Amino acid sequence: MSFLRANPFSPPELLEAFERGIGNAGAVVSFSGYVRAENRDETVASLFLQHHPTLTEDGIEAAIQQARARWSLTATMVCHRIGEVKAGAPIVFVAAASRHRRAAFEAADFLMDYLKTEAVFWKKEVTQTGSVWIEPREEDYVDRARWSSQKRG
Amino acid sequence: MLINYYGRLADVTGCAEESVLLPAGISTAFEFRDWLERKHNLGSALSDPAIRIAVNDEIIASDRALSANDEIAFLPPVGGG
Repeated sequence: MSFLRANPFSPPELLEAFERGIGNAGAVVSFSGYVRAENRDETVASLFLQHHPTLTEDGIEAAIQQARARWSLTATMVCHRIGEVKAGAPIVFVAAASRHRRAAFEAADFLMDYLKTEAVFWKKEVTQTGSVWIEPREEDYVDRARWSSQKRG
Repeated sequence: MLINYYGRLADVTGCAEESVLLPAGISTAFEFRDWLERKHNLGSALSDPAIRIAVNDEIIASDRALSANDEIAFLPPVGGG
């Protein structure tokens, strides 16, 4: 299945669909990310997400496989917008299901850290004054590094 | 050969995609990269160590030979979503 959507999606609808296929899970954790209307004191009109035709989805698939190797999960879902995403619109949805809550919480957090730092996207922020390509924030790298220093759970 | 410039690189080259014949005397990815820099007057925009090169959708770790139908992509650091 494709992780990328060129058109707006509804996180509640995705969650409802996800929960129909979670097997005998006892826990579902989901995360919905929206485009913030302001960043660094500037009003953001939209983000533009460029992807690569194969590397972007291959990378997401590899991150999901890492999560499944690390935690016992009954189901996962990743959905990410590409193209122009208006301020206030959903840009990412991640869900994980497991027998117990800890694995689902951690797997969803892990997948979001991947998507925020390493995922193959080039992101342009469009404001009233023009547009600028955005590089990763330092704290995103710190968030991602948590997973290499932690004991495997 | 089909060449794709991703992210901010398309602003630098003025095009996101172009098609060129492998020039005579150019046989490797790095030689081709340097040739493109001269062609577009890019300084070292493509040979910046932060820029990764993909040949036929595979990121190369070191220089390699090119053939006439290879597809080349220049990838700036990815910013996540």
